[in-house]
Amino acid sequence: MIDLKRVRTFGLIAGGTLSFVAAIGMVESFNERTLINPGITMGLLLILGIAAVFGYIVAAGKPNPLVETARDSRSGGIAGGLTGAIAGVVTSLFVLFVDTFDVSEFFPNMREPLVEAMTFELGVPVGLLVLTAVVTATAAAGGAFHGMSDSFRAGMSRALGWVVAFALFELVVSEILDFADPLVDLIYAPRGGLQPWAAVIIGALAWWLSTRYKGRGEAFTERVKDSEAGSRLRRSVILFGVAAVIILPMIVGGVVNELLITSGLFILMGLGLNIVVGLAGLLDLGYVAFFAVGAYGTAILTSPSSPAFAPGLSWWIALPIVMVLAAIAGLFVGTPVIRMRGDYLAIVTLGFGEIVRILLLSDWLTPIFGGAQGITRIPGIPVPGAGTISGTDPQLFIYFTFMFVLLAAYISYRAQNSRIGRSWAAMREDEDVAEAIGISTVQAKLLAFVTGAVIASFAGALFSAKVGTVFTNSFDVLVSIIILVVVIVGGMGSIRGVVVGALVLIGILGGPKSPGLLAEFSEFKLLIYGALLVYMMLKRPEGLLPSVRRSRELHGEDLTQDAWLDKGGDFTGDSAEEEATT
Amino acid sequence: MALLQINQLTKAFGGVQALGGVDFHIDEGTIVSVIGPNGAGKTSFFNVISGLFPPDSGEILFDGDNLAHHQPNEITRRGIARTFQNVRLFPNLTVLENVMVGQHCRTKEGMWGTILQTKAQREEEKRIEENAKEVLSFFGSRLAGYRYDQPAFVLSYANRRRLEIARAMATEPRLLLLDEPTAGMNPRETVELTELIGELRDERGLTVVVIEHDMKVVEHVSDRVVVLDHGVKIAEGDYESVSTNDDVIEAYLGRPAEAG
Repeated sequence: MIDLKRVRTFGLIAGGTLSFVAAIGMVESFNERTLINPGITMGLLLILGIAAVFGYIVAAGKPNPLVETARDSRSGGIAGGLTGAIAGVVTSLFVLFVDTFDVSEFFPNMREPLVEAMTFELGVPVGLLVLTAVVTATAAAGGAFHGMSDSFRAGMSRALGWVVAFALFELVVSEILDFADPLVDLIYAPRGGLQPWAAVIIGALAWWLSTRYKGRGEAFTERVKDSEAGSRLRRSVILFGVAAVIILPMIVGGVVNELLITSGLFILMGLGLNIVVGLAGLLDLGYVAFFAVGAYGTAILTSPSSPAFAPGLSWWIALPIVMVLAAIAGLFVGTPVIRMRGDYLAIVTLGFGEIVRILLLSDWLTPIFGGAQGITRIPGIPVPGAGTISGTDPQLFIYFTFMFVLLAAYISYRAQNSRIGRSWAAMREDEDVAEAIGISTVQAKLLAFVTGAVIASFAGALFSAKVGTVFTNSFDVLVSIIILVVVIVGGMGSIRGVVVGALVLIGILGGPKSPGLLAEFSEFKLLIYGALLVYMMLKRPEGLLPSVRRSRELHGEDLTQDAWLDKGGDFTGDSAEEEATT
Repeated sequence: MALLQINQLTKAFGGVQALGGVDFHIDEGTIVSVIGPNGAGKTSFFNVISGLFPPDSGEILFDGDNLAHHQPNEITRRGIARTFQNVRLFPNLTVLENVMVGQHCRTKEGMWGTILQTKAQREEEKRIEENAKEVLSFFGSRLAGYRYDQPAFVLSYANRRRLEIARAMATEPRLLLLDEPTAGMNPRETVELTELIGELRDERGLTVVVIEHDMKVVEHVSDRVVVLDHGVKIAEGDYESVSTNDDVIEAYLGRPAEAG
């Protein structure tokens, strides 16, 4: 049975999505990147991806936990194909509209290049037919895919995933394989993009490996999870991780290291904010202020050209001073807002963040902070025997970032599983009750603010030393928001989540001021952040790698219900159990 | 001297006089029940004693110190613990964690100890866990073993009430305020809990104030009964004298019809 209403709805949505990504110039700018050498560009992948996903969604039907969805590749394919046809027609109409009317005055991207990109440079009538056909076919394939056997689906998605990954992350792969130059030349075409036969081999290999070692990966993760702390298996996994972290920066080049450093700074700030928001439940939207305190503190204390006061200290001496300053700033922000909750707290901290930035920029304080000129000539981190290490030497600088990330992760981990962490958790769950059972919420809140602030000051101190100059525009409200997005997407309260969130958002998509690994995304990253955030809130509010407590919180009701049903109702279950024990 | 001596306690919410000058006292090692019809001010009485709301006037003398206008956490630290009428656990914390949190005010390790994993910190964590398990063992096997690591929200209603009492016990109080501990329990569970409340006094040496609607429970556990109505104490004494007191009967049932 094909749900025609669903086909129509999703066909229109898919057509709208395709038209939208074309209208904002995404397809055009993605077309500049070749993925598989002749012809398959990132723009094409975008169109195909959207079509396939919508085909799949339509074929999957409305999610209903009570009914096993029928898996039939033929009707799925037809449903997907119909959806694709509608989407193709809608998109073609849009392209035709752009081709006929000139609206580039209002929508600068809606011009000739858009039409060329969407018609594969075949001109209007032919290209549009091709576009519709391609979208229909891909959506049909996506729909049919839903009906395939599990092993086919696993194999196919692994194969496609690896090919796309190899193509997208060409930079990383070729840097890692730098020692085997001929191999790189075999895989990638000279002007970028995978060689077609390399794509086939990678895909086939991925497919074969996925069937050959089916389920082994999961089994291994389970075993590691179940293993006791300090057991041999766990030790070797940790050792492997440490070794990878030490060796990786040596084999990848400057660009990737640069990205890792930026991600590392955001991991640091994410971990700090995670303590405030994720563990203690205090929504702080002005977190960047503490980052600024760290950065400006380091700048003033170490730079010889700091305007008012230039002690020219070593970075290592400046660091503890900056930590103390950040702790004071944490108390300073924390004390007045101690009685505020929820939304009010968020608004006030948002204000604090802006106050700090505006003060740094103000004429009044220009003699100290340099105003719009900022503070320049910040030396790097002096290391005995290796000179001064700064951002010009990313391959060494990254180890400092790692060091502080590890420290912050350790602090979070220890705090989380201690008396302090429990008091934060209690406060997050019910502030009044926490107070009533003897937790001083004033102390607990201030401790969270101060700990978060000190961790942010690590990031600030590293940032100063890396960049060498600090300007106020590195500390605007967007940074606070993006750190929060990192924490939310990664998983509130989860250390692994923050790390993954920062690597994905900052490392791959790009940070507030710097492009990520996929430089093509940088123009659209805020759009993607927004879309990702909406999707996560709807489908996976606990984040990519959630903490146990958080996912309980967000899916708790279902679980309670299930547990209650399992027990066959409340009291009966309880007394039955009593019978068993007495 | 009484462990808790309350003099002329008043509290108004807007125009509603929740407590209109209540005098109350409880001696160490006894159980006093506070009863009264709905809206009599029983829970407000507990809320003011435990510091959730500051009193408008009056004294709360606990062991000789006036606790009026202290922060709730300070009051708990001095030795008054409570449970809530509408069970307020930390639903996403595990059973054991819920009780371990109760030990917060009896322990002291801070951030440095936690980060540096000092010997004192590790020993304290161990002690917290042992104490929590010991408190839970008060309820037999109901909250022990596999229950430790279950989140509190999966517990049955009766177990939630038990867990809340355990959490209050973990604060190592001298005085325990129980707000309708048997509400929502079936008759068997009620009997069992009634016995446990007696044990709180006899075995653990706690002083207990109970708000209760179930008169069988009140009769069974109370050394003394205090009746509140409209924020005023209308009667007190042993169960026998209170249950036959005309004012009390009137407060519960209304004025008897003149005719007939």
